[in-house]
Amino acid sequence: MIKVENLTKQFGAKRAVDDVSFSVERGEVLGFLGPNGAGKSTTMRMITGFISPTAGAVSIGGFNMAENPIPAKKLIGYLPENAPAYTDMTVHGFLNFAAEVRGLRGDAKRQAVRRAVELCFLEVVLHQSVDTLSKGYRHRTCFAQSIIHDPDILILDEPTDGLDPNQKHEIRQLIRKMGEKKAIIFSTHILEEVDAVCSRAMIIDRGRVVANGTPLELRRKSKWAGAVTLRVNGMEAGAVQAQLKQIRSAQSVMTETSGARVTATVFPRPAGDGDLTREILAATGGWQVEELRTEEGRLDEVFRSITLPDTAAKEVKA
Amino acid sequence: MNSLGNIKTISKRELSAYFTSPVAYVFIVIFLLLNGFFTFMVGGFFERGEASLANSFFMWHPWFYLFLVPAVGMRLWADERRVGTLELLLTMPIAPWEAIVGKFIASWIFLGLALVLTFPVVITVNYLGSPDNGVILSAYVGSWLMAGAYLAVSCITSAITRSQVVSFILAVVACLFLILAGFPPVINLLQNLSHHWQWLVDTITSLSVITHFQGFQKGVLDSRDVIFFLSVIGFSLFTTSVILRTHRTS
Repeated sequence: MIKVENLTKQFGAKRAVDDVSFSVERGEVLGFLGPNGAGKSTTMRMITGFISPTAGAVSIGGFNMAENPIPAKKLIGYLPENAPAYTDMTVHGFLNFAAEVRGLRGDAKRQAVRRAVELCFLEVVLHQSVDTLSKGYRHRTCFAQSIIHDPDILILDEPTDGLDPNQKHEIRQLIRKMGEKKAIIFSTHILEEVDAVCSRAMIIDRGRVVANGTPLELRRKSKWAGAVTLRVNGMEAGAVQAQLKQIRSAQSVMTETSGARVTATVFPRPAGDGDLTREILAATGGWQVEELRTEEGRLDEVFRSITLPDTAAKEVKA
Repeated sequence: MNSLGNIKTISKRELSAYFTSPVAYVFIVIFLLLNGFFTFMVGGFFERGEASLANSFFMWHPWFYLFLVPAVGMRLWADERRVGTLELLLTMPIAPWEAIVGKFIASWIFLGLALVLTFPVVITVNYLGSPDNGVILSAYVGSWLMAGAYLAVSCITSAITRSQVVSFILAVVACLFLILAGFPPVINLLQNLSHHWQWLVDTITSLSVITHFQGFQKGVLDSRDVIFFLSVIGFSLFTTSVILRTHRTS
C-alpha cells in the first residue's frame, strides 16, 4: 500500500532524510523510532504529500504522490505532529468539515462523524470549541479527523504524545485493532509502544534507516538477548560471581547486591552453543534461587547503541 | 464540479470562522462607524446638497480599505501556518489552488456583506433627493472589486509570514502603493521628476486603484477597469500559490 523509494530531503546544508526506502502492506503496523530530529516527521510529511522530496518517490496504493496527489491523498488519514485543529470551530463543526473535504455528504457524512466520535470518545466535548479543549481531547479530535473516511492508510505522528496513561492505552488498542485491516505508520519515542502495537519497527537516526524488523528481531540485537538473570538469597556477591564464572558457556557475569539478595546476570559466549540455563541450574545446586529468567533483550539498549554511535565511540576511547 | 464542491467546503468553513470569533463583528462595526463619520461629518454630505454618494461616501473607501482589508486578510494563511492546520489542509485531497480560491472567496463575501450593510446611506440619499441609483450601484461594484484587489494582495503577504502583524504591515504598505500611484500629489511629483518619461508616469498611474475606481464612481462600467481589478486578484492569488509551493519544496 505504501511504497517509499530512495526518499531524500535536503534542508539547506542539512540532509534531514537520507535515501530511505521501505514498504508497508495492509495488515501491518510499522513503528517509526528515532531520537528527536532524526527525520521521522519529515519522512511522514513527504509520505502524506505536505512537503515534496528532494529525491526519491512515494507511491500510495499505486498512485505516485508527486504526479497524482489527489487520488493518493484520498487513501490517507493523517495525524500531524502536535495534532493541529481549527481552534475557532467546535469539535462537531471540525469533524463535519473534515468529512466534507473527504467528499462525504448527507447521511454518509453524519454516519462517518458519529463513528469517529464514538471511536475516539468525543461525545462529551462534541459541541465545545476546539480552543477550550484539554490537550488529550484536542489530540483525539485530530485523530478522529484522520479516521473519519475510514482510510486504507493511516499516518500518525506521535499519536499518544501528551495523553494520560488511560488515553494512551485506548489509542494503542484502537491502532492495533485498525492495523488488522489497514496499513499504518506511526512514530513514537516511547519504546513500550512498539511492543504493544507494532508488527514491525524501524529505527531512524540522522535521516537513515539503521534498523528494520519485528520488535523481537530488534530486541535480539541487544547484548542482553539470551542472558540469564537469577536472584539468590543469603550469599555473598563475590561467591556468586566466582561460581557463575566457572560455567563453560558464560562470557561474563554482572552482579548487584540489595540487602541479603544478589542479582546476577550471566551473558552467554557469542557463538555459544551450550544451554546456558541448564548449566546455571547445574552450577547452583543448593543455592536459594528465588528467580531465574532468560532475557529477551532490551529495546532501549538496542535503541541507544544504534542511535548514539558517536557517544559510544567516545566512551570507549576515554 | 468536484473542484467547485471543494471550494465551497473551504469557503463555508472560512466564513463560519469569521463569525465565531469577534473579528467579524468588530470589523463590521468599525467599518460602518467610519463610513458614517466620514460621509456626514468630514465629507459634508448634507452641506453639499448633492443627490450623489461619489464625493461624500465612496471617495473614502480606498483609504478605509487600506487598513481594514489587510486586517481581514492577515490571518488567512499566517494563522494556518502558525497553528499548523496548513499541514492538515494541504494533505487533504484538495488542490492548493482550490484552498486559495476558497479562502479568498470567503473573505471577499465577508467584505461584500460589510459593504451591503452600508445600505442606510443609500436610503438616506434617496429619501432626500433623487440620485442616479445606477451610478450608486456601479460605485458599489467598483468598491467591492477594489476590496477584492486589496484582499488578494493581503493573501500574498499572509502567505509569506506566520506572523499576522508582519502580514498586516506588509499588506498596508503594498496597498498604500496601489493608492499612491494614482494620488494627484504623487502624480505631480512624478511628472516633475521625469518630463521625458511620460510613459513611465502613465504606467505607474495605471497601476493605481484610485484611477480605476474613479470610472465606477461616475457610473462608467469600463471593461478595462473591471479587468484591472480582476487581474490584480488573479495575479495575487497565483503569487500566493507560488509562495505556498515554495514553502513545501524548500
